[in-house]
Amino acid sequence: MKFGIQVNEGPYTHEASVSALNFVKAALEAGHEIFRVFFYHDGVNNGTRYTTPPQDDINIVNAWSELAEKHNIDLVVCVAAAQRRGIVDEGEQERNGKDGNNIAPGFRISGLGQLIEAGIQSERLVVFGD
Amino acid sequence: MSDIKKFMYVNRKAPYGTIYAWESLEVVLIGAAFEQEVSMAFVDDGVYQILKGQDTTEIGVKNFSPTYSALGDYDVNKIYVEKESLEERGLTVDDLLDLKYEDEDDDWAEKDSIKVVTSKELAEILEQQEVVLSF
Repeated sequence: MKFGIQVNEGPYTHEASVSALNFVKAALEAGHEIFRVFFYHDGVNNGTRYTTPPQDDINIVNAWSELAEKHNIDLVVCVAAAQRRGIVDEGEQERNGKDGNNIAPGFRISGLGQLIEAGIQSERLVVFGD
Repeated sequence: MSDIKKFMYVNRKAPYGTIYAWESLEVVLIGAAFEQEVSMAFVDDGVYQILKGQDTTEIGVKNFSPTYSALGDYDVNKIYVEKESLEERGLTVDDLLDLKYEDEDDDWAEKDSIKVVTSKELAEILEQQEVVLSF
Protein backbone atom coordinates (compact mmCIF):
# COMPACT_ATOMS: atom_id res chain seq x y z
CA MET A 1 0.00 0.00 0.00
CA LYS A 2 1.08 3.57 -0.66
CA PHE A 3 1.12 5.73 2.47
CA GLY A 4 1.28 9.47 2.95
CA ILE A 5 2.43 10.61 6.38
CA GLN A 6 1.73 13.88 8.18
CA VAL A 7 3.76 14.79 11.28
CA ASN A 8 2.24 17.59 13.34
CA GLU A 9 4.56 17.73 16.35
CA GLY A 10 8.20 18.53 16.97
CA PRO A 11 10.72 16.00 18.24
CA TYR A 12 11.24 15.19 21.96
CA THR A 13 8.38 17.25 23.44
CA HIS A 14 5.90 14.97 21.78
CA GLU A 15 6.10 11.31 20.80
CA ALA A 16 4.34 11.87 17.46
CA SER A 17 7.50 12.16 15.36
CA VAL A 18 9.10 9.01 16.81
CA SER A 19 5.82 7.16 16.34
CA ALA A 20 5.76 8.33 12.72
CA LEU A 21 9.37 7.27 12.29
CA ASN A 22 8.61 3.80 13.69
CA PHE A 23 5.51 3.55 11.52
CA VAL A 24 7.45 4.45 8.38
CA LYS A 25 10.19 1.92 9.20
CA ALA A 26 7.64 -0.83 9.87
CA ALA A 27 5.70 0.01 6.71
CA LEU A 28 8.85 -0.17 4.58
CA GLU A 29 9.89 -3.44 6.20
CA ALA A 30 6.48 -4.87 5.37
CA GLY A 31 6.96 -3.91 1.74
CA HIS A 32 4.75 -0.82 1.65
CA GLU A 33 5.58 2.41 -0.11
CA ILE A 34 5.88 5.84 1.49
CA PHE A 35 4.78 8.50 -0.98
CA ARG A 36 5.86 11.39 1.21
CA VAL A 37 6.29 12.54 4.81
CA PHE A 38 4.92 16.03 5.32
CA PHE A 39 5.95 18.02 8.40
CA TYR A 40 3.46 20.61 9.63
CA HIS A 41 2.85 22.77 12.73
CA ASP A 42 5.80 22.23 15.15
CA GLY A 43 6.56 19.10 13.13
CA VAL A 44 8.81 21.31 10.99
CA ASN A 45 11.29 21.21 13.91
CA ASN A 46 12.10 17.64 12.88
CA GLY A 47 13.96 19.17 9.95
CA THR A 48 16.75 21.23 11.56
CA ARG A 49 20.25 19.78 11.47
CA TYR A 50 21.18 21.93 14.50
CA THR A 51 19.38 19.47 16.76
CA THR A 52 21.96 18.14 19.25
CA PRO A 53 20.42 15.84 21.85
CA PRO A 54 22.55 14.24 24.61
CA GLN A 55 24.59 11.30 23.31
CA ASP A 56 22.53 8.69 25.14
CA ASP A 57 19.34 9.99 23.53
CA ILE A 58 18.05 9.18 20.04
CA ASN A 59 18.85 11.82 17.40
CA ILE A 60 15.43 11.98 15.76
CA VAL A 61 16.50 14.41 13.03
CA ASN A 62 19.40 12.17 11.99
CA ALA A 63 17.08 9.17 12.07
CA TRP A 64 14.79 10.88 9.55
CA SER A 65 17.76 11.92 7.38
CA GLU A 66 19.20 8.39 7.39
CA LEU A 67 15.82 6.90 6.56
CA ALA A 68 15.39 9.35 3.69
CA GLU A 69 18.79 8.51 2.28
CA LYS A 70 18.45 4.76 2.66
CA HIS A 71 14.95 4.47 1.19
CA ASN A 72 14.81 7.61 -0.94
CA ILE A 73 11.85 9.05 0.99
CA ASP A 74 10.52 12.51 0.25
CA LEU A 75 10.63 14.54 3.49
CA VAL A 76 8.80 17.84 3.02
CA VAL A 77 8.71 20.68 5.52
CA CYS A 78 5.81 23.14 5.09
CA VAL A 79 7.20 26.53 4.06
CA ALA A 80 4.65 28.67 5.91
CA ALA A 81 5.04 26.68 9.14
CA ALA A 82 8.84 26.67 8.67
CA GLN A 83 9.03 30.43 8.24
CA ARG A 84 7.17 30.96 11.50
CA ARG A 85 9.54 28.64 13.34
CA GLY A 86 12.90 29.48 11.78
CA ILE A 87 13.52 26.41 9.64
CA VAL A 88 15.49 27.68 6.65
CA ASP A 89 17.05 26.15 3.53
CA GLU A 90 19.38 27.91 1.08
CA GLY A 91 16.53 29.24 -1.03
CA GLU A 92 14.65 30.62 1.98
CA GLN A 93 17.90 32.05 3.36
CA GLU A 94 18.40 34.03 0.17
CA ARG A 95 14.76 35.07 -0.22
CA ASN A 96 14.41 36.28 3.35
CA GLY A 97 17.93 37.66 3.78
CA LYS A 98 18.91 35.34 6.63
CA ASP A 99 22.54 34.80 7.68
CA GLY A 100 22.39 31.03 7.50
CA ASN A 101 20.24 27.97 7.05
CA ASN A 102 19.55 24.90 9.13
CA ILE A 103 17.65 22.38 7.01
CA ALA A 104 18.75 18.81 7.67
CA PRO A 105 19.92 16.45 4.89
CA GLY A 106 17.09 14.69 3.09
CA PHE A 107 14.51 17.37 3.94
CA ARG A 108 13.16 19.97 1.54
CA ILE A 109 10.94 22.99 2.11
CA SER A 110 7.81 23.30 0.00
CA GLY A 111 4.17 24.36 0.08
CA LEU A 112 1.01 22.95 1.60
CA GLY A 113 0.02 21.68 -1.83
CA GLN A 114 2.47 18.87 -1.18
CA LEU A 115 0.29 17.69 1.71
CA ILE A 116 -2.87 17.77 -0.40
CA GLU A 117 -1.03 15.93 -3.18
CA ALA A 118 0.05 13.30 -0.65
CA GLY A 119 -3.63 12.88 0.26
CA ILE A 120 -4.60 12.47 -3.36
CA GLN A 121 -1.75 10.17 -4.43
CA SER A 122 -1.57 7.93 -1.36
CA GLU A 123 -3.99 5.17 -0.57
CA ARG A 124 -3.90 6.17 3.10
CA LEU A 125 -2.87 9.43 4.72
CA VAL A 126 -1.82 8.84 8.31
CA VAL A 127 -1.63 11.83 10.65
CA PHE A 128 0.65 11.78 13.70
CA GLY A 129 -0.03 14.33 16.44
CA ASP A 130 -2.43 15.17 19.23
CA MET B 1 -4.00 14.83 -10.95
CA SER B 2 -7.49 14.20 -12.18
CA ASP B 3 -8.59 12.02 -9.26
CA ILE B 4 -11.13 13.66 -7.01
CA LYS B 5 -11.16 12.45 -3.45
CA LYS B 6 -13.32 13.14 -0.46
CA PHE B 7 -11.24 15.25 1.93
CA MET B 8 -12.43 16.05 5.42
CA TYR B 9 -10.72 18.43 7.80
CA VAL B 10 -11.57 17.63 11.40
CA ASN B 11 -11.09 20.57 13.75
CA ARG B 12 -10.98 19.58 17.40
CA LYS B 13 -9.14 22.36 19.20
CA ALA B 14 -9.94 25.83 20.53
CA PRO B 15 -9.04 28.68 18.15
CA TYR B 16 -6.52 30.35 20.45
CA GLY B 17 -4.00 28.94 22.90
CA THR B 18 -2.40 26.83 20.18
CA ILE B 19 -1.86 27.42 16.47
CA TYR B 20 -3.61 24.26 15.25
CA ALA B 21 -6.88 25.93 14.27
CA TRP B 22 -5.28 28.72 12.28
CA GLU B 23 -2.79 26.49 10.49
CA SER B 24 -5.59 24.03 9.77
CA LEU B 25 -7.59 26.78 8.09
CA GLU B 26 -4.53 27.60 5.98
CA VAL B 27 -4.48 24.00 4.73
CA VAL B 28 -8.17 24.18 3.84
CA LEU B 29 -7.71 27.41 1.87
CA ILE B 30 -4.63 26.15 -0.01
CA GLY B 31 -6.26 22.76 -0.52
CA ALA B 32 -9.29 24.36 -2.17
CA ALA B 33 -7.17 25.04 -5.27
CA PHE B 34 -6.91 21.28 -5.82
CA GLU B 35 -10.64 20.99 -6.52
CA GLN B 36 -11.27 18.00 -4.31
CA GLU B 37 -14.56 17.20 -2.62
CA VAL B 38 -13.97 19.03 0.64
CA SER B 39 -15.87 19.08 3.91
CA MET B 40 -15.03 20.25 7.41
CA ALA B 41 -16.07 19.02 10.82
CA PHE B 42 -15.97 20.93 14.08
CA VAL B 43 -16.00 18.83 17.23
CA ASP B 44 -14.98 19.18 20.89
CA ASP B 45 -13.41 22.61 21.59
CA GLY B 46 -13.12 22.97 17.81
CA VAL B 47 -16.67 24.37 17.81
CA TYR B 48 -15.26 27.53 19.43
CA GLN B 49 -13.36 28.20 16.20
CA ILE B 50 -16.53 29.28 14.44
CA LEU B 51 -18.09 31.16 17.33
CA LYS B 52 -19.61 34.56 16.53
CA GLY B 53 -18.18 37.76 17.97
CA GLN B 54 -14.63 36.69 18.67
CA ASP B 55 -12.46 39.48 20.08
CA THR B 56 -8.77 38.83 20.65
CA THR B 57 -7.62 42.38 21.42
CA GLU B 58 -6.94 41.55 25.07
CA ILE B 59 -4.72 38.55 24.30
CA GLY B 60 -2.72 40.21 21.54
CA VAL B 61 -3.09 37.59 18.84
CA LYS B 62 -4.72 37.82 15.43
CA ASN B 63 -8.47 37.21 15.31
CA PHE B 64 -8.67 35.00 12.24
CA SER B 65 -12.36 34.14 12.57
CA PRO B 66 -13.43 36.46 9.69
CA THR B 67 -11.47 34.14 7.37
CA TYR B 68 -14.04 31.36 7.87
CA SER B 69 -16.57 33.53 6.03
CA ALA B 70 -14.44 33.18 2.88
CA LEU B 71 -14.83 29.40 2.84
CA GLY B 72 -18.01 29.59 0.76
CA ASP B 73 -16.11 31.44 -1.99
CA TYR B 74 -13.58 28.60 -1.98
CA ASP B 75 -16.36 26.05 -2.57
CA VAL B 76 -15.97 24.73 0.95
CA ASN B 77 -19.63 24.57 1.88
CA LYS B 78 -20.10 21.30 3.73
CA ILE B 79 -19.39 22.27 7.30
CA TYR B 80 -20.52 19.79 9.94
CA VAL B 81 -20.75 20.77 13.59
CA GLU B 82 -21.24 18.06 16.17
CA LYS B 83 -24.43 18.58 18.14
CA GLU B 84 -23.09 17.02 21.35
CA SER B 85 -20.03 19.27 21.34
CA LEU B 86 -22.26 22.35 21.09
CA GLU B 87 -24.57 21.14 23.86
CA GLU B 88 -21.73 20.24 26.22
CA ARG B 89 -20.54 23.84 25.90
CA GLY B 90 -23.96 25.44 26.25
CA LEU B 91 -23.93 26.60 22.63
CA THR B 92 -26.46 26.48 19.82
CA VAL B 93 -26.13 27.04 16.09
CA ASP B 94 -27.21 30.67 16.70
CA ASP B 95 -23.91 31.26 18.53
CA LEU B 96 -21.96 30.31 15.41
CA LEU B 97 -20.80 32.40 12.47
CA ASP B 98 -23.38 32.70 9.72
CA LEU B 99 -21.44 30.81 7.06
CA LYS B 100 -23.08 30.89 3.63
CA TYR B 101 -22.36 29.83 0.08
CA GLU B 102 -23.96 30.43 -3.29
CA ASP B 103 -25.31 27.24 -4.84
CA GLU B 104 -24.37 27.27 -8.52
CA ASP B 105 -26.77 24.37 -9.17
CA ASP B 106 -29.68 26.36 -7.73
CA ASP B 107 -29.44 29.73 -9.52
CA TRP B 108 -26.76 30.88 -7.07
CA ALA B 109 -29.18 30.86 -4.17
CA GLU B 110 -27.52 31.69 -0.87
CA LYS B 111 -27.51 28.71 1.48
CA ASP B 112 -26.19 27.80 4.90
CA SER B 113 -22.90 25.94 4.92
CA ILE B 114 -23.23 24.79 8.52
CA LYS B 115 -25.09 21.63 9.32
CA VAL B 116 -25.42 20.44 12.90
CA VAL B 117 -25.14 16.65 13.08
CA THR B 118 -25.12 14.12 15.91
CA SER B 119 -21.94 12.24 16.69
CA LYS B 120 -23.53 9.14 15.16
CA GLU B 121 -24.27 10.99 11.92
CA LEU B 122 -20.78 12.48 11.92
CA ALA B 123 -19.31 9.01 12.32
CA GLU B 124 -21.20 7.93 9.21
CA ILE B 125 -19.97 10.98 7.28
CA LEU B 126 -16.40 10.27 8.40
CA GLU B 127 -16.78 6.68 7.24
CA GLN B 128 -17.41 7.94 3.69
CA GLN B 129 -14.23 10.03 3.54
CA GLU B 130 -11.09 9.04 1.71
CA VAL B 131 -8.67 11.50 3.29
CA VAL B 132 -9.17 12.71 6.85
CA LEU B 133 -6.88 15.43 8.18
CA SER B 134 -7.33 16.00 11.87
CA PHE B 135 -6.16 19.11 13.64
